[in-house]
Amino acid sequence: MSQLLSVRDLKVHFPVGNRGTVHAVDGVDFTIPHGKTLGIVGESGSGKTTTALAIMRLAPITGGEIDLDGTPISRIQGEDLRRARTRFQMVFQDPFSSLNPRDRVGRIIRQPMDLLGLGEPSDRDTRVEELLQQVGLRPELKSLYPHQFSGGQRQRIGLARALATRPELIVFDEPVSALDVAVQAQVLNLIRRLQRESGLTYLFISHDLGVVRHICDEIAVMYLGQIVERAPAAQIFAAPRHPYTQALIAAAPSLAPEHRRRGGGARLQGDPPSPVNLPRGCRFASRCRLAIDECRQVMPKLRECSSGQVVACHLV
Amino acid sequence: MTAVTKTSVPAARGPMVEAWGIFRRSPSAMLGLALLAVVILMTFAGPFLYGVDPFEIVWAPLTPPGQEAAIPLGTDNLGRDILAGLIEGGSATLAVGFAAALITMLIGVMVGAYAGFYGGVVDDVLMRFTEFFQVLPPLLFAMVVVTLFQPTLVNVALAIGIVSWPQTARLTRSEFRRIRTLEYVSAMRAIGAGDSNIIWRVILPNALPPLIVSATLTIGMAILFEAGLSFLGLSDPNVMSWGLMIGSGREYLLDAWWVVTLPGAMIFLTVLGVSLVGDGLNDAFNPRLRER
Amino acid sequence: MTQPVLDIRNLKVDFMTRRGVAHVLDDVSFTVAPGELLAIVGESGCGKSMTALSVLGLVPTPPGKVVGGSILFQGRDLAQLRRSDMRKIRGGDIAMIFQEPMTSLNPVFTCGEQIAEAVRLHQNVSPGAAHARAVEMLRAVGIPEPELRANAYPHQLSGGMRQRVMIAMALSCQPRLLIADEPTTALDVTVQAQIFSLLDELRHKTGTAIVLITHDMGAVAEMADKVAVMYAGRIIEQGPADAVLDSPGHPYTRGLLASIPRVYADPDADLPEIPGIVPALTDLGRGCAFEPRCPLAINACHAAQPRHVAMSANHSAACIRLKTGEVLA
Repeated sequence: MSQLLSVRDLKVHFPVGNRGTVHAVDGVDFTIPHGKTLGIVGESGSGKTTTALAIMRLAPITGGEIDLDGTPISRIQGEDLRRARTRFQMVFQDPFSSLNPRDRVGRIIRQPMDLLGLGEPSDRDTRVEELLQQVGLRPELKSLYPHQFSGGQRQRIGLARALATRPELIVFDEPVSALDVAVQAQVLNLIRRLQRESGLTYLFISHDLGVVRHICDEIAVMYLGQIVERAPAAQIFAAPRHPYTQALIAAAPSLAPEHRRRGGGARLQGDPPSPVNLPRGCRFASRCRLAIDECRQVMPKLRECSSGQVVACHLV
Repeated sequence: MTAVTKTSVPAARGPMVEAWGIFRRSPSAMLGLALLAVVILMTFAGPFLYGVDPFEIVWAPLTPPGQEAAIPLGTDNLGRDILAGLIEGGSATLAVGFAAALITMLIGVMVGAYAGFYGGVVDDVLMRFTEFFQVLPPLLFAMVVVTLFQPTLVNVALAIGIVSWPQTARLTRSEFRRIRTLEYVSAMRAIGAGDSNIIWRVILPNALPPLIVSATLTIGMAILFEAGLSFLGLSDPNVMSWGLMIGSGREYLLDAWWVVTLPGAMIFLTVLGVSLVGDGLNDAFNPRLRER
Repeated sequence: MTQPVLDIRNLKVDFMTRRGVAHVLDDVSFTVAPGELLAIVGESGCGKSMTALSVLGLVPTPPGKVVGGSILFQGRDLAQLRRSDMRKIRGGDIAMIFQEPMTSLNPVFTCGEQIAEAVRLHQNVSPGAAHARAVEMLRAVGIPEPELRANAYPHQLSGGMRQRVMIAMALSCQPRLLIADEPTTALDVTVQAQIFSLLDELRHKTGTAIVLITHDMGAVAEMADKVAVMYAGRIIEQGPADAVLDSPGHPYTRGLLASIPRVYADPDADLPEIPGIVPALTDLGRGCAFEPRCPLAINACHAAQPRHVAMSANHSAACIRLKTGEVLA
């Protein structure tokens, strides 16, 4: 299967005053085939959102390559980049700050077409109505302002805006984490339906394992700026290999009676170390109950441990 | 579900319409608006209803109000009609106030917007520049400007504008720094919007509410400033203004209270009106007070 | 059975809004026994946080007002207490922890000072003893090197550590009841698991009753003995956690549980949705508030509020389609 997006050795480093450098994303590799969904999971500070922003060219890239079906989007600049933006779009996390409160919804959805010069100006309003219908909103609502909508409806508007340029890739940054469960299901179903109908390719950032399991074909687990394990969705839940992936899955509360446990099943102690002063060896070693000396000295590389599953751990 | 889809489309209510709804329900804000309306109406319609030249000597000097039916508010130390002065002087005072506020906004928003949006070196340079103006003693600086050049109304407005923009620049900068991190700004970048589009058409409209409030208060401050300069004899002697009336009548304060008190009362009412409107706008734009 | 710590009966709270009176809480009743953990779940705006505020006497008045019912805490009705008496109970016998540990701690005092202050507000002890108690509490909530951390300012700690400090402060006066409003929503899953373990251990050790306010059914599964499900200001189902999770009675509870994406479910099937959105509290009709979204609604649902129907000993749901002792197919 051909790859739509391939990311090689992506790095995003930020200086923090004169105290050093934050290694927000530190050597990330993955590919997403046409029409598939890759999920990135991790805790706060893992670099999953920064990875998404770097791919969208919204965060400065320190190093590495991002290739979208032959276009080196990590290298293009200016007008080339602007024109390429039609091909990759983003849906943001916060339904309350991702829409400009001063613009009517119709204008919010029309703006990408106006700015990037897509289609005939006279057709754009019709397209806005089509897009609203596509995300399950009535076209008449285009004259309202964002604050007149609920969180779930706002997320649909954000989705319509992203679809306006007919992109090939959509990057989702925690698109349902601010929504109530019942609304979350509506939006997740919509996201999947759009992929089925239009053959879209998704990069899906989330901290919720249930959500990524439901949405994604493949899942990458990030810890402190690096991918520690990547595998097909079913496999990573059935047989997680990295100790961090195991801890993450164990920590997520489960509703199913056979997996239910009482009183919180904390397996992992402490907090992740600061992304400024990173340890030399494996970044998880300080919290890993299996760590040996080698883990503290040598950084493990991603290796294939079974078909389609890669893990960065000395002990696998 | 059918019940939900059948409901009619609610009316579009923009943020400005909502703010006006709140403003309208505040008695103090509406009082301020009424005061301003009376003052503006008086200065613009007054000359047509009461066509007396404020510089013309019409009666004996220092005639108290109410003594002569033709001169309801009395005369000043030169025998000039005070009511005519109040009517004519209002337009100069208001013009200086509005012009100074406009200059303040133009410089302040420009500097603050670039500093806040770009940050880094641009911010450092612009903020040092701003601090330079901020540490100037305002009254002294304005006096220097007015004495160096001619004390015309334009120069007075310029002087006031130059000493008061740094505050607006700081406010604009902090609003821009806050708003530029919001996701709808990133969303605009993701659809290829350029910097100037984002600065002027996305961030500025969202930063406006506190800036409007601050502009309103600047008008009040500029009016007081103009009065202060006039009191010190540093305003245009050829143009009647409330400040000039106070300045030229100050020596007679103990003998003829009305010469200074009446223009003083006009300044008081105008500044009060401006402040009440400013407070009302502040409440109207403040989302915390808004009902869900 | 022991006497409950908290016994809320028919609590009603109204809010005056521009669009009319909103019944924010309507006929809310539940009990919590010593050492028991009751979870109150529901979507935003369902009234779960307002229930917590009512118990603490913190309903913002105006626009809100407790218009009926009683809040019996160890036999005393908190709804009838004077403000000064309420203040003594709040932070003493009843403690609360909030969602955002950063904003609930004062940034200009050290963690130790803040805990010691809480101790001294409710107990007559010397400053030295209060500080010692603060260090002891920090140790009890699993903070490493508590003597050092007592001198740290809130911003020097991670989110999980700050929430532990909040818990230490809440428990420093040995409350009989702890109200935890979304205590782990701002935290990562692995840290959430640590906080849950801590709360669970503490309640078994001290016998403190806990009311956990949450939107997360996973948290209910993990922590709760009992659960009350709220919708539009009413408790629409309550019972033992396992019973509610495994055989939910109310169509809303069932829809809510079904709509959660699960790790061990068929990922190819679409998630069952609850259509529509939560109604505004100002335009509720006479009947069941869930009726417009309910797949089982019949004409009679319009007519009146459904009564609670017992499904088993302690498990009941407010739905007229339910018959006593029966689970709807």
